[in-house]
Amino acid sequence: MSRKLLLTHDNVPNLHTIDVYRSKGGYASVEKALKKMTPEEIVEEVKKSGLRGRGGAGFPTGMKWSFLAKPEGVPRYLVCNADESEPGTFKDRYLMERNPHLLIEGMITSSFALGANTSYIYIRGEYFYVSRILETAIAEAYAKGWLGKNILGTGYNLDLYVQVGAGAYICGEETALLESLEGKRGNPRIKPPFPAIAGLYGCPTVVNNVETIAAVVPIVNDGGDEYAKIGIGRSTGTKLISASGNINKPGVYEIEMGVPVEEFIFSDQYCGGIANGKRMKACVPGGSSVPILPDYLVCKTATGEDRLMTYESLSDGGFATGSMLGSGGFIVYDEHQCVVRNTWNFSRFYHHESCGQCSPCREGTGWMERVLHRLEKGMGNMNDIDLLVELAKKIEGNTICPLGDAAAWPVAAAIKHFRHEFEYHVLYPEKVKDSKHGHKEPIMPVKPAPVMA
Amino acid sequence: MSLLKVTIDNHTIEVPAGTTILQAARLIGKEVAPPAMCYYTKLATSGGYCRTCLVKVSKGSEKDPRPMPKLVASCRTTVMDGMEVQNFTSPEVIEARKGVVEFLLINHPLDCPVCDQAGECHLQDLSYENGRSYSRYEFERRTFDKIDIGDKIKLHMTRCILCYRCVKVADQLTPGRGHGVINRGDVSEISTYIEHAVDNEFSGNMIDVCPVGALTDRTFRFKSRVWFLKPMDAHRDCDKCSGKAVVWKYGNDIYRVTGRKDQWGEVDEWICNTCRYDKKDAKDWTVEGPRKIEKTSVISQNHYEAGTKFVASPETLPVKQLS
Ligand SMILES: Cc1cc2nc3c(=O)[nH]c(=O)nc-3n(C[C@H](O)[C@H](O)[C@H](O)COP(=O)(O)O)c2cc1C
Ligand code: SF4
Ligand code: FES
Repeated sequence: MSRKLLLTHDNVPNLHTIDVYRSKGGYASVEKALKKMTPEEIVEEVKKSGLRGRGGAGFPTGMKWSFLAKPEGVPRYLVCNADESEPGTFKDRYLMERNPHLLIEGMITSSFALGANTSYIYIRGEYFYVSRILETAIAEAYAKGWLGKNILGTGYNLDLYVQVGAGAYICGEETALLESLEGKRGNPRIKPPFPAIAGLYGCPTVVNNVETIAAVVPIVNDGGDEYAKIGIGRSTGTKLISASGNINKPGVYEIEMGVPVEEFIFSDQYCGGIANGKRMKACVPGGSSVPILPDYLVCKTATGEDRLMTYESLSDGGFATGSMLGSGGFIVYDEHQCVVRNTWNFSRFYHHESCGQCSPCREGTGWMERVLHRLEKGMGNMNDIDLLVELAKKIEGNTICPLGDAAAWPVAAAIKHFRHEFEYHVLYPEKVKDSKHGHKEPIMPVKPAPVMA
Repeated sequence: MSLLKVTIDNHTIEVPAGTTILQAARLIGKEVAPPAMCYYTKLATSGGYCRTCLVKVSKGSEKDPRPMPKLVASCRTTVMDGMEVQNFTSPEVIEARKGVVEFLLINHPLDCPVCDQAGECHLQDLSYENGRSYSRYEFERRTFDKIDIGDKIKLHMTRCILCYRCVKVADQLTPGRGHGVINRGDVSEISTYIEHAVDNEFSGNMIDVCPVGALTDRTFRFKSRVWFLKPMDAHRDCDKCSGKAVVWKYGNDIYRVTGRKDQWGEVDEWICNTCRYDKKDAKDWTVEGPRKIEKTSVISQNHYEAGTKFVASPETLPVKQLS
């Protein structure tokens, strides 16, 4: 059985209440941090732990914290990114619903480490009911003296607020989030300056994902070295994976970094294999923004090694034959699913969510969606496929924020690995008019013949 | 203050810290300056949106010579000492810029024949220089209804490229936040707060900063093509602004008044609405002399003051006579 650090007690009834949470050892990290450690020591432990941001980019958290500017007389802020809107990702919601105090505990410990006296949890608008859960928990924490003035008599003050967004994916991008938190239109800022220098209200700010902040709790409790023992190489600790799609047991799993992908999909401990005894066709391992992998590249890398659930192994082969761990939104497709339809669906999402600031993303996402829609409906032509590849290339890397890349990558990868399926849509318009055409005539990935050296 | 050395398309120049690549390129001159559709020197936080000014930084600085991984917006990237930049010399930049221009045009109505901006439109220049001669976009273009922002400005959102310049004018020259962007993505639109008039002495400058024909002067709309008019530098005593403007004349009649624009198409000084809309009598102005329009455009092609000095001969005619 794999070790759990975040979902240890998630089946305990009433874990969301402070008394039950305390009885399971909750808030120990706050006591240890505030009474026995200096902020620098905590940052040092986080660095040692090798923890990397769980929001998608995987940036080392300890390093991010040490970049935080500390000018005299200027407040610093910690902002928790609970905007979780990436299709296929639902781990933060599960964590906050089941165990809101873990996040609050992490916020207190982290805020102390960063020297923040005011912190925010920015939560996605559609998670309104979760914001109620958090607010109730925060009120309990205030009542018990874990928040507010002079926490545990140490002289440390912290106020924690929950801010509900208005329901925009782009407000998960850290600088758009800060704009929105300031009460403005959620447009990403142009970087530099980075939030660590000028973030919320122009002050130094750290933005971290819910899971990242929750992971600080076991790191402080057990020490960074202990945390770093789990995992492989630069992928340490545990990771929450939101598993969905055509699997027997969809849900949120806490895995140790380094579990083989094959085990994750097929073992009963996790996804339990493909539903209804079908074959696996493809997998998107890290949320809708990351490249899709055809069946033959899911469990093995292009060089024939076992693919593992780590940042490095999932991206092995780059974008040619790899993907990314991203936010851990693990979507599995069976043989009856249509990749063109899926790509169109993702593309529709990015088109809808683009903030519209910069021209390649504003115009390009809409164009890609329309072309994909046409292809999906059997009304496209062969040139459309190359047009999509070119549009993706023209968007990628040329935008203000990574939403442009996130819109381009899935399209480029789908065409790279499933071009024959796009062609099928052009060649057999009558068949693909039925959106369930895959059920009648499954189209499996075609493994390219090895190129002779 | 120490100067930083930057090389753009093999031209080297020294500039003070804080200078952007675009500004440095403009100091070198037209031959290296990237096109800019959203950046505006006088408007703080402008730039970064349109992406036409993308350049390649092939060497980050003397200290850290690594190239930057992506193309960068030259209007929002500051120069480092020893930086090397490629603009027109980089095929990658040219390709990306072509892409940007194509994106800007797919939803643009291309109604130049009936657009007042034609002849002084930056999007026309940009697409002439970087665009393709046909469109690959086969879907319906987005359209909006025209709205009046007060009695002097017409907003034709269909033509807008969302450069945000007018938003910055409204934020920075006029009090309150009455004018901004609503909705998102490709249905974003410039709008005033529930169709409020933008009512301020300097609001007319929005028209001057608009690179396309989205914001036009209602006192001038459909009066004349700009290249039939003679731009003249002129001034008057004004208690609100410097009173330095350009009057656009046809014969002795003043058809419109605008700010004085430099070779990059940016106004030197903001002018007030009184000068712009209400002073259309030749007696109101002291004319200084012809205004040279440097930005590539039909107006500069047609330099009227040159007409007497330069008589077209068959050799200088751009097209061969047929037959
Ligand atoms: C379009 C876009 C959407 C994002 N959405 C989220 C999100 O919902 N939740 C999140 O934690 N990070 C999201 N991110 C990543 C954040 O910008 C940021 O990297 C993250 O919050 C940093 O936290 P971490 O270092 O703990 O991962 C998004 C990024 C982009 C570009
Ligand atoms: S890439 Fe898209 S979402 Fe990001 S700033 Fe540009 S338009 Fe907005
Ligand atoms: S001028 Fe630089 S991005 Fe528009």
